[in-house]
Amino acid sequence: MKLVTAVIKPHKLEDVRAALETFGVTGMPVTEASGYGRQKGHTEVYRGAEYDISLIPKVRLEIVIQDDEVADIVGVITKSAHTGRIGDGKVWVSPIESVLRIRTGDKDTDAV
Amino acid sequence: MPHLDTGDTAWVLCSSALVLLMTPGLAFFYGGMVRSKSVLNMLMMSILTIGIVTPLWVLYGFSLSFGTSSHASWIIGDFSQLGLSNTLNLGAINGGDYPIPLLVFAAFQLMFAVITPALISGAIADRVKFSAWAVFVALWVAICYFPVAHWVFGFGDANGNGAGFLAHWGVIDFAGGTAVHVDAGAAGLALAIVLGKRIGWPRDPMRPHNVPFVMLGAALLWFGWFGFNAGSALGANGLAAMAFMNTQVATATAMLGWLIVEKFRDGHATTLGAASGAVTGLVAITPSCSAVTPMGAIFLGLIAGAICAYTVGLKYKFGFDDSLDVVGVHLVGGAFGSVAIGFLAAPSSAAGATGLLYGGGQVGLQLLGKQTTAVLVVGTFSFVVAFIIGKLIDMTMGFRISEEDELTGIDQTEHAETGYELHQGFGGTRTSTAAATDTSDMESVDA
Repeated sequence: MKLVTAVIKPHKLEDVRAALETFGVTGMPVTEASGYGRQKGHTEVYRGAEYDISLIPKVRLEIVIQDDEVADIVGVITKSAHTGRIGDGKVWVSPIESVLRIRTGDKDTDAV
Repeated sequence: MPHLDTGDTAWVLCSSALVLLMTPGLAFFYGGMVRSKSVLNMLMMSILTIGIVTPLWVLYGFSLSFGTSSHASWIIGDFSQLGLSNTLNLGAINGGDYPIPLLVFAAFQLMFAVITPALISGAIADRVKFSAWAVFVALWVAICYFPVAHWVFGFGDANGNGAGFLAHWGVIDFAGGTAVHVDAGAAGLALAIVLGKRIGWPRDPMRPHNVPFVMLGAALLWFGWFGFNAGSALGANGLAAMAFMNTQVATATAMLGWLIVEKFRDGHATTLGAASGAVTGLVAITPSCSAVTPMGAIFLGLIAGAICAYTVGLKYKFGFDDSLDVVGVHLVGGAFGSVAIGFLAAPSSAAGATGLLYGGGQVGLQLLGKQTTAVLVVGTFSFVVAFIIGKLIDMTMGFRISEEDELTGIDQTEHAETGYELHQGFGGTRTSTAAATDTSDMESVDA
């Protein structure tokens, strides 16, 4: 099993979620995140005082999938989150040791 | 009770309620500008002044400010109205008879005494012991505001005996450019110096956490200010109408003035700038709303807004942390509005004075001198009084919260509350003492 984590632009969330649903992903936790990469931050002005705001709002998705789905899922996310402008985000994949569904007690591949 | 005019009485009663609304309005105006960890403390600093100043006003504040017995002097009222017990069946007297109950006049002026110390709180956001602030408010209104209100607003008995010296001298301050705004602004500057900077200022960003609150507060201030200015006519009449219209006009153009400066200087016209500009206009027209024409108010507001868009930056040059720009907006705006009367006072206005731009000549020059003197006298007095009270409080009970408390956030450490609970399930659990006295909720859940 693998954990696919994607950090994307907030306004692309619905595109990515819909694309994943079409592909058969039935659910995922979504969290609001703040951060920066090559995009850096932006400037805000309050009563003439300029502030560099380094952290930018992002959305973070976490999807647990079977090993053989990794390439497809990463492809779907990459395609649907892509705008071509700086700040599109990142996707990374990590191994998962075990998964358990709390309500039923299903384990690992049954629980994914 | 002498003859009463029901229309006048109704208007001043309504105006009193309007002016009271300005203090919670100010609380939101300020509350939105601080960081989210100190929003409640900022609201509370304003709201507390209603609690403290109201009983003091009944006990001796009104008497010290507006007592008109033969003991009243050019510098302070008297003790004839202690407890407001002698006001119950009298008509209002303030340099003349007004056909409204004296109690209505007392209620109206009370609201001014409430909001003036509240204005100061913006200069010392995020870092003041709440108990010390309470002591400061009680002392400052007694030693500074009550006398200054007498100087500026006290016109004495029906013959002018016992009038305050600035009022008697012919200084024009219709609703409190000096008595309220220069007064509060100078005290704010003094306290910002006594208390020192917030930890991290000006290096760390201390962005307003809720600009919509700021705009909401500015809107409430604008609405309430019609009571402040037009209510100061103490009657429903042409003078009130002139004050009302000038208030609207100067506020509108001051907002424009501020936004124009921002657009050309910073590249963006901001929401905070619109709210700040409007308040600046309200401040600047406060002393002058009886003395200028609506055309004059257009210019007065426009210039006030443009000037204050620059003066809010002075704190960075001089290095004092006037956190929410009480100096840049209220001291400068109040002083500008007061001094501008020397130039823009129109003979056709209700006050009937002639400023330099209307061919006032020698008379206009004298007026300018009086207006400037009033600003300097009130500003200096308030600065010195606030500085001394502030130092005394700091040396005895301590004025600032601890460094650790300031970093944690003053809402949590001074009030044991959090402004915003935005997450389900992060509510914590009840302490053992609370749970022991009432376990009904828990049992019903378990059942």
